[in-house]
Amino acid sequence: MRLLEYQAKELFKEFGIRTPPSISSTDIEKGRKDAKELGYPFVIKVQVPVGGRGKAGGIQKCNSDDEFELKYPQLLNMSIKGEKTRAILLEKMADIEKELYLSLFLNRSKRCYTIIASSEGGVEIESVKNQTIREVGLGDVDAQTAKEVANEIGLKDSQEEQFVEMLQKLSKLTIEKEAELAEINPLAILKDGTLMALDGKVMTDDNSNFRHEELQKYQEKSELEEQAEKSGFSLVELDGNIAVIGNGAGLVMSTFDLVTDNGGKPATFLDVGGGATTESVYEALTLISKMKRVKGILVNLYGGIVKTTTVAEAFIQAYDNNLIDLPVFARLMGTESDKAKEMLKDTKTKMFDSIEEAINGVVMEANK
Amino acid sequence: MTDIYEILRGKKNVDGNYQKQPVIVQGITGKYGSTHTKLMLDYGTNIVAGVTPGKAGQKFEDKIPIYDSVKDAVEATGAEISIVFVPAKFFLNAAKDALNSGIKLLVAIPEHVPIRDAMEVIELAKQKDAVMIGPNTPGVIVPGLIKVGIMPASPFSSGKVAVLSKSGTLLYEISNNLTSAGFGQNITIGIGGDPVNGTRMIDAFDMVKDDPELEAMVVVGEIGGDSEEILAQHIIDTGFKKPIVGYIAGRQAPKEKRMGHAGAIVMGTYGSAESKISMFAKANIPVAKRPGEVAVLLAGKMSSQ
Repeated sequence: MRLLEYQAKELFKEFGIRTPPSISSTDIEKGRKDAKELGYPFVIKVQVPVGGRGKAGGIQKCNSDDEFELKYPQLLNMSIKGEKTRAILLEKMADIEKELYLSLFLNRSKRCYTIIASSEGGVEIESVKNQTIREVGLGDVDAQTAKEVANEIGLKDSQEEQFVEMLQKLSKLTIEKEAELAEINPLAILKDGTLMALDGKVMTDDNSNFRHEELQKYQEKSELEEQAEKSGFSLVELDGNIAVIGNGAGLVMSTFDLVTDNGGKPATFLDVGGGATTESVYEALTLISKMKRVKGILVNLYGGIVKTTTVAEAFIQAYDNNLIDLPVFARLMGTESDKAKEMLKDTKTKMFDSIEEAINGVVMEANK
Repeated sequence: MTDIYEILRGKKNVDGNYQKQPVIVQGITGKYGSTHTKLMLDYGTNIVAGVTPGKAGQKFEDKIPIYDSVKDAVEATGAEISIVFVPAKFFLNAAKDALNSGIKLLVAIPEHVPIRDAMEVIELAKQKDAVMIGPNTPGVIVPGLIKVGIMPASPFSSGKVAVLSKSGTLLYEISNNLTSAGFGQNITIGIGGDPVNGTRMIDAFDMVKDDPELEAMVVVGEIGGDSEEILAQHIIDTGFKKPIVGYIAGRQAPKEKRMGHAGAIVMGTYGSAESKISMFAKANIPVAKRPGEVAVLLAGKMSSQ
């Protein structure tokens, strides 16, 4: 799961990584109390699970009650790249001398953790040319390695020592929490010469959630996504108007690409998965029926172990129960697809032999 | 380098035919395991033993003996291939049991295996000179001879094209297209949709590239990680000359969202489709815009060589 900044910072604190004093809230009443406790001036930071919030105006200085009353509601109601504000963090400003970058990430192809550090921080790491990259094993980062990295980005003496300590703590966090990424950006050198984590990003391995009861409080899913998970399929919600359903992540991604290529806007990425049953597909249709913006449903199935008739049966039940009233454009291939086509012949489902034709149909319908 | 062909089909006998190699099924009595054991048997796979702790002495479908551990099953049958159907939580122990008992090819079907567990198994496999395919893979099939996986039989036909794919359904879809266009497959390997794979794209490529019967290759990738980029660089470096065609799913996927597969996520530019497609172009691998185009591009490549 992708932790928000304040959640990442809670983990930082737990592992002894220094952060500025800060308090999070989700409503202005609590925010007012936090403001009093923290004292002006401070920054108000929007908490969204996406990068680039500084540029989008999601971080604002605040010097007085008047400013607070104006800015807090603005930031609480904003959205960045389609992501609504999840919470607000009030944070004391730090006296910054220089900004660095530090992260540990799981290097998928090398199958080990990798350190990335840079003397240029505060910007997206992709745009930084001056990077130090060190592959480390699966265990903790040792002091010698950490020292070498510190030297490579130009740190000496007390700052080198502080950096080594911070990197080792970050490594401990990464391993204990089974993180795929733990990033401190910027890692600031303050005017007084001390190091501090000013922003943080942590992504953990969802598959290890069952071993991390303590992280469950950070689990954030839309109601629909949660229901989807319970039913055993994966759903990503988007702001378009075509519900894309299929079996297998690759096939659904491929369908999604073609819809977008042809001028359509997907509302869902919905993979019914390898273990789809009539019940679970019915459940998927129930979810889609609740999404008011959807104007058409596109179904792309390659029946293998999951029979296409299993899916067709769910559609028939959905029509019988008046669950869906939307036009459906479907392409069914593979196991029992002839039978499935026969079953759906007299329904609102339009059948196509190729996915390209089905996509043309649904895009025209959605753009009406 | 493990010779996956030899593990799967043995050496040719005096008549010039390959031999079906024995296979063990871990989790044979579970719902999923039993369904797929039947389907593999239907395909002709030589399943010689099942493993379910606590059920030693029983038989699956009245014919396949069940053992408590892989160790016992291997002692009784000498099998070197195992396919695992246990739930993700129990995968680590099941995989260790297999690798410590002499299994050389471990096909890991479960989805949702924690990355740390997968990495531990990969480390052990290296020590034991064994190979894991997966986790979260549909498995491996040498059409017409042996199926160790959950793929349906119908898309595949025997031939000379190797197909390597991160996705299961796209593997079926594209193999089906290849079959219809007259391109049978010599082997197809499911890499799996997880962030960390026992057999990476590059490993799978190395396993199949030297087979004398191989005429062409199809690589089905998707967003996330950099295994396609690394494979492309490796193809450039090794100067592999047989025709290769690619497909990359997820060109239009939003960033920082997991698209169904745990591994299918773009972080910044890491894992983006653009990066993969441009590296494929450098390696002279045409990339199909849609799955249906793969066979067309392959025909073009083959006729121009």
